Amino acid sequence: MPDKMHIQLTVNGRNEEFLAEPRELLIHTLRERMNITGPHVGCETSHCGACTVIVNDKAIKACTMFVAQANGSEITTIEGLGNPDSLHVLQESFREHHGLQCGYCTPGMITRATKLLEETPNPTEEEVRFGMAGNLCRCTGYQNIVKSILAAAAQMNAAQEAAE
Amino acid sequence: MVPASFEYYRPTDVSSVIALITQHGDDARVMAGGHSLIPMMKLRMAEIPHLIDLQDVAGLTGITIDGFTVRIGAMTTQTELIDHPGLRQTAPILREAALQIADPQVRCMGTIGGNVANGDPGNDMPGLMQCLNAQFTLIGPDGERTVAARDYYEAAYFTARSEEEVLTSIHFSARGGGYCYEKQKRKIGDYATAACAVTLYKEEGLCAGASIAMTNLSDVPVWSKAAGLALDGTSVDANAVKSAVEAAVADIDPSEDNRGPVDFKVYVAGVIIKRAIESAWSRA
Repeated sequence: MPDKMHIQLTVNGRNEEFLAEPRELLIHTLRERMNITGPHVGCETSHCGACTVIVNDKAIKACTMFVAQANGSEITTIEGLGNPDSLHVLQESFREHHGLQCGYCTPGMITRATKLLEETPNPTEEEVRFGMAGNLCRCTGYQNIVKSILAAAAQMNAAQEAAE
Repeated sequence: MVPASFEYYRPTDVSSVIALITQHGDDARVMAGGHSLIPMMKLRMAEIPHLIDLQDVAGLTGITIDGFTVRIGAMTTQTELIDHPGLRQTAPILREAALQIADPQVRCMGTIGGNVANGDPGNDMPGLMQCLNAQFTLIGPDGERTVAARDYYEAAYFTARSEEEVLTSIHFSARGGGYCYEKQKRKIGDYATAACAVTLYKEEGLCAGASIAMTNLSDVPVWSKAAGLALDGTSVDANAVKSAVEAAVADIDPSEDNRGPVDFKVYVAGVIIKRAIESAWSRA
């Protein structure tokens, strides 16, 4: 049995240091070691995107990253984007436009969508669909998810203009 | 799904990588973005006692364009290929192909080196590299050598790279002209049912050289010399396209799998190759 490694992560702004086997998958580190249960285990095969988190500014699938690979990185999960008293614009928009049914895919959807709107602040519907291709939803048919993201983009752009 | 245990290494230079591979032999493997290897390890179809993560190795990243010559470090991600303004100008076919690989989360981890190195017939970049006549730089215990993409693939997951070598960069010459990477897939993000890369040149209304290669239509990528020659000197009219498609289809050897039976794949290949040629010609 190989030795455990010393791992250091910054998760939602908090420093975390612990010993782990290198093979531990980041999704399990977050959920089981840190009780950060927003990122979900969906397919476990890099397809569904329910486990999406942000590692060093990239939205990635945490089921396909070893904790050893993430060592030293900065991680943001849905918990770091907003909270019940102060929702992220995208969280508010998903609520307003009913961008979910069962909600299982929603944390991954919203986490990926934050990066999508950084990459493409004023997306077309097609760009939203293409940019969200790594997140699967089995309930909604995507219609309201796309609507929620477009509405959030409009709101963020309006806020930006008002600030300028 | 938890992979078997392994020792993890994150060296910072190529010579340390080679030293680790030499020390551990068959028990060691290098990993780039990990999006082919980690799923295989989770399924326990790959067991790797010594895993060498290349993410911190100096000199494996970056895209440089010097005149017509494009050099891409092996650890360049698909997202970096897509976003690179110079590459978009010089070799837009790379962006066109990269955008058809997997999905955004996977593209920001998956690398061009990983995509071309492991010999997975489903990967898109090997066919494109054969189309572009790209050269792969390999470094091993005996130094550096260059292998042409057209000579690199031997069988599914078997390549000209020895187990002690690491693919460090790719280079090719990009001289403009028409281009297209056309891919038929069951759903967005899937591997190709059939895909085709075409580059060609137009001079005074006639084709002055064409290169055609295909993805996932044999256990290795297929560059069809005869298909390119079938277009050369023609006005790429319906007859020339038909000849080129027939020549290309004669060079493939698809096998039946969950993407369909052989006859279906041959049919789809014909459609995709035709579309790729016509699209490339319209852009020439």
